[in-house]
Amino acid sequence: MSFKTEPLVVNFGPQHPSTHGVFRMIVSLDGEVITDVEPVMGYLHRGVEKLAEERTYLQNIPFTDRLDYLASMSNNLAYVLAVEKLANIPVSPRAQYLRVIMAELQRIASHAMAVGSFLNDAGAFFTPLMYMFREREKVLDLFEMTCGQRLTYNYMRVGGLSHDIPPEFLPALGKFLDDMPGFIDEYEQLLSENEILLARTKGVGILPPQLAINASVSGPILRGSGVKWDLRKADPYCVYDRFDFDIPVGKAGDSYDRFWVRLQEMRQSVRIIQQAVAQLPQGEVRSQVPATLRPQAGEAYAHIEAPKGELGFYLVSDGSVAPYRFKIRSPSFINLTPLREMMVGYKVADAVIILGSLDIVLGEVDR
Amino acid sequence: MGLTEMYGLGIAKGMILTLKHLGRKPFTTQYPEERLSLPARFRGYEFTWYINRCTGCATCAKACPHGCIRIVTAGYADNRYIVDTFDIETSTCMYCGLCVEACPFQAIYMGSGFERATYNVERLTLDKEDLIAAPKKPSLYAQFTLPKPREDDEPSLAEAVARGR
Ligand code: SF4
Ligand code: SF4
Repeated sequence: MSFKTEPLVVNFGPQHPSTHGVFRMIVSLDGEVITDVEPVMGYLHRGVEKLAEERTYLQNIPFTDRLDYLASMSNNLAYVLAVEKLANIPVSPRAQYLRVIMAELQRIASHAMAVGSFLNDAGAFFTPLMYMFREREKVLDLFEMTCGQRLTYNYMRVGGLSHDIPPEFLPALGKFLDDMPGFIDEYEQLLSENEILLARTKGVGILPPQLAINASVSGPILRGSGVKWDLRKADPYCVYDRFDFDIPVGKAGDSYDRFWVRLQEMRQSVRIIQQAVAQLPQGEVRSQVPATLRPQAGEAYAHIEAPKGELGFYLVSDGSVAPYRFKIRSPSFINLTPLREMMVGYKVADAVIILGSLDIVLGEVDR
Repeated sequence: MGLTEMYGLGIAKGMILTLKHLGRKPFTTQYPEERLSLPARFRGYEFTWYINRCTGCATCAKACPHGCIRIVTAGYADNRYIVDTFDIETSTCMYCGLCVEACPFQAIYMGSGFERATYNVERLTLDKEDLIAAPKKPSLYAQFTLPKPREDDEPSLAEAVARGR
């Protein structure tokens, strides 16, 4: 005997704890199986790109903090690299090394948050998240002593950094680097062997490499699908070509691999910072840049490997004090492209895990 | 799924690790009973503004991305403008510190406080009187030193110099 059934349409969000902000998915269900997903975004749109056209190049730096607010340093870095490219401004070696150290610390903090909240979505309620917060806290303390804030750093400047690190920074960083690998081991012991986690995440939300490339996703999601692509190697910026590190890649492209890649990347970041600290030169951190910068008319695009993927800034100058066009290529937004393909065919309970494994930040999706 | 006879072993390992945490010292601080000391560069509430040093040049107001600072001057004397109004609208301020970085006379510093809840949004606009009366605990963000004391300085600056910040 068969029943005639109709698809059930369910709203995930915009106010739903699993969407990490104000993101909405209109999910069509056949029983428990997802048949269609339609993402709705824009709830956190603040018009940063337009606001930036009315402010000077320096005044825009604090605005970039507010895109991916879990990785403000990376946003600062990508933006100032674009301005430096536009106006041909040199950066001193010490500033380059410090930028790498800050960007990698930020990657550890951002991945800690991503892994913690992913496990939260998977049902390991708050214990792993709190362990991750503990580690992230140490990174935030380092940032706070350097630039006075814990979330919106406003630390990079066109031509270098706003100021040098304080004397207590390097000892504290050394201690953090000594402790961190042990903590990552701990997480692996706690989580990567946990049968419940494996059952919930292995084989869930598979993103085939071909689709990942076609959908232009980047970062841990692309590498989780087994594509070895990392801008730090593929198009080195700052001084990344002087460090020795590996690019972890996943095999199956499922949620578990994305989670695993993030854990491994934290290890690699520790390696990079150790090398950068060992090579850190002395000198100035900020080159002479006019107070009001007026780059000559032209355009520039600079991209970096931010914790969430390729973050790019495209700037057009018309020779005035403010950019004529300010375009952000934000990784979280583009990583949402294959959402439907990843979710269709899985159970509704998996939707939360798949979205969690993408690690989106809505400040960056909506800009 | 490879859930073989090993089922439960990973969870047991996790439990052992969690139990180990029982023996560790807590990482949290019981605010407000306990307070952490903030770094010298912490950018916080109540801007420290030294009226005798401020020349009314409005460089800080121009540097602010949001235009939170409003300065009105009344005349010019002794190589400086007489500052009539100096309002900082902290309800829209994002504590970026660009104003402090821009001031050429070491007249404005970020503060070191962080408890800025009020019942009334108007209280968040600091005017000249508020800034003069504010607890002067300058943060060393962007201006890494306090200025050399002069005789016309207010006593709080000398105290801050003696304290180190
Ligand atoms: S801290 Fe930033 S937002 Fe606040 S008044 Fe100064 S420049 Fe403006
Ligand atoms: S920049 Fe300094 S001296 Fe000029 S108005 Fe602002 S606080 Fe006063």
